[in-house]
Amino acid sequence: MASEMSTREAYGHALVELGKENENIVVLDADLSRSTMTSFFAAQFPERFFDCGIAEQNMMSIAAGLAASGKTVFASTFAVFASGRCYDQVRMSIAQPRQNVKIVATHGGVTVGEDGFSHHSIEDLALFCSFPGFTVVVPADAIETTQAVRTAANTYGPFYIRLSRPKTPLVYADNYRFVLGKAVTMRGGKDVTIIACGLMVDKALQAVDDLAREGIECRVVNMPTLKPLDEDAIIRAAEETGAILTVEEHLQHGGLGSRVSQVVAKHHPVPMSFLAIKDFYSSSGKGEELLEVHGLTVEGIQKEVRALVERKG
Amino acid sequence: MPSKKRGAKRVNPLASAPKISAEATSSKRASIAKPLSEEEMRMVAKKLRRHIITMTATAGSGHPGGSLSSVEIVTTLFFNVLRHDPKDPRWPERDRFVLSKGHGAPVLYSALAETGYFPVEELLELRKLNSRMQGHTDMATTPGVEMTAGALGQGLSFGIGIALAARLDSRDYRVYVLLGDGECDEGQVWEAAMAAAHYNVDNLVAIVDRNRQQIDGWTYEVMDTEPMAEKWRSFGWHVIEVDGHDLGQILPAFNKAKRMKGKPTAIIAHTIKGKGVSFMENNPDFHGKAPTPEEAEKALKELE
Repeated sequence: MASEMSTREAYGHALVELGKENENIVVLDADLSRSTMTSFFAAQFPERFFDCGIAEQNMMSIAAGLAASGKTVFASTFAVFASGRCYDQVRMSIAQPRQNVKIVATHGGVTVGEDGFSHHSIEDLALFCSFPGFTVVVPADAIETTQAVRTAANTYGPFYIRLSRPKTPLVYADNYRFVLGKAVTMRGGKDVTIIACGLMVDKALQAVDDLAREGIECRVVNMPTLKPLDEDAIIRAAEETGAILTVEEHLQHGGLGSRVSQVVAKHHPVPMSFLAIKDFYSSSGKGEELLEVHGLTVEGIQKEVRALVERKG
Repeated sequence: MPSKKRGAKRVNPLASAPKISAEATSSKRASIAKPLSEEEMRMVAKKLRRHIITMTATAGSGHPGGSLSSVEIVTTLFFNVLRHDPKDPRWPERDRFVLSKGHGAPVLYSALAETGYFPVEELLELRKLNSRMQGHTDMATTPGVEMTAGALGQGLSFGIGIALAARLDSRDYRVYVLLGDGECDEGQVWEAAMAAAHYNVDNLVAIVDRNRQQIDGWTYEVMDTEPMAEKWRSFGWHVIEVDGHDLGQILPAFNKAKRMKGKPTAIIAHTIKGKGVSFMENNPDFHGKAPTPEEAEKALKELE
């Protein structure tokens, strides 16, 4: 695999592989197949691909009907539409009856960039984590995406997998094995733990060398599964490093930070800090520019870590 | 069969549903009840109406009006049209009845009980804590219920999914979706109408219970859905209009739908909300209000 690839592209390729292995897989899209990359599957298996047009509500309910008839269904569109446009359809026909539907949404977060606010998906993780029984996964790179998509296909029940638009560096080697519901310690450290998901894992890894030179040893934990959460890894981080920073490309409320803080507050309270999308809607701009607006940069992480270590005392 | 492989891998979330057996994958089975005559159906329809009154009155809440308007449609389907097996609710070859207007739960539960999916006595558990007779239909709880419903406008899309699965699996079952006419205010109904015609799903039938009433009043006052038949026709559907209380018209309409190839069929069933009980007919108060014990007694007298 190249040294960088978008998670959505990895999804497109993974679907084709799964389609070859499992004739029970059906894929739906809502007129964005060339952006979500489900077009790869559509080209190979046209009879098992349905373009639902620009009608996300209809797509989610069709997905539910197919799943109720025994199909493993992947339904894709942009994250902002998959979450906001059809919340009730997902709630009633997929979440409550625990249907075997995998909602794989691309263009998560603000790194959608230039399309602007209407396309920035900053509430989606909160919305999907709010469904009882849903599994929510945010892969860190293309390799983890391939694994997570395969795991979803082979695990019964409703999934939300949030992917991204831009090409991003790989943080894993080819032999990585994703385990659902398990965090991955990417780097050891005793002074503070950075828990990140999605594209922020790479940023966190880039931030820690400078900090180490300053004498701050950071543990970096990738938390790809937001629901169910790896509580043990969080409790260990609190006990062993005494401070936790969460980093996510999502609003501070209802996403990774909220969920981690509940575990920390209940089991082992320690100082925490939260780097996330700030509580406002962003403008158009380049993805990296928008991340900078919200402090979701290597420097932003370093600044937050230093302040947190100071608070920890 | 691919379905057997699937069955082995997945955990069935429908705990109450029996396992699919090997012989169950055949589309021919002996246990399908023999069709009823029109006179027999009339008796069944009356029985369902009595159940609707009794169960909503016992629950003290519920939606009798839209259940009463659908009685002849549901009776015809369950006793004369559907290929189904109450002893095996998840039989893969069964025809599916999707109640999109989930508040019509009482009429569906009554038909399911009378065809043997569960004991008739269970109807009195309507709306009780942890009962299988949930206030709105719940596919994860009740044998024979195909879709969780209650939020309107979604059943036709769900039905398309089931109909497409039949095509993918080379099965010949049919899908019947019952919608309310007020429900047709929901935009998703028309997304689905467009998609069903686009995919040419001719194993799909939408039945619109055209009782012309919704919670806030007459449909033409709240949100005018006329011309209803023309709307469906212009979306590419084969449209049949019937008197939704005339058993002699409903069954032929379903048979006609079966013969239509290449496009889905919409049956616009002209009905009366609260049909069969004089003081409930055309009375929007009984959309979402149960009869009092006195009213129930009066209603049951009329339905003797």
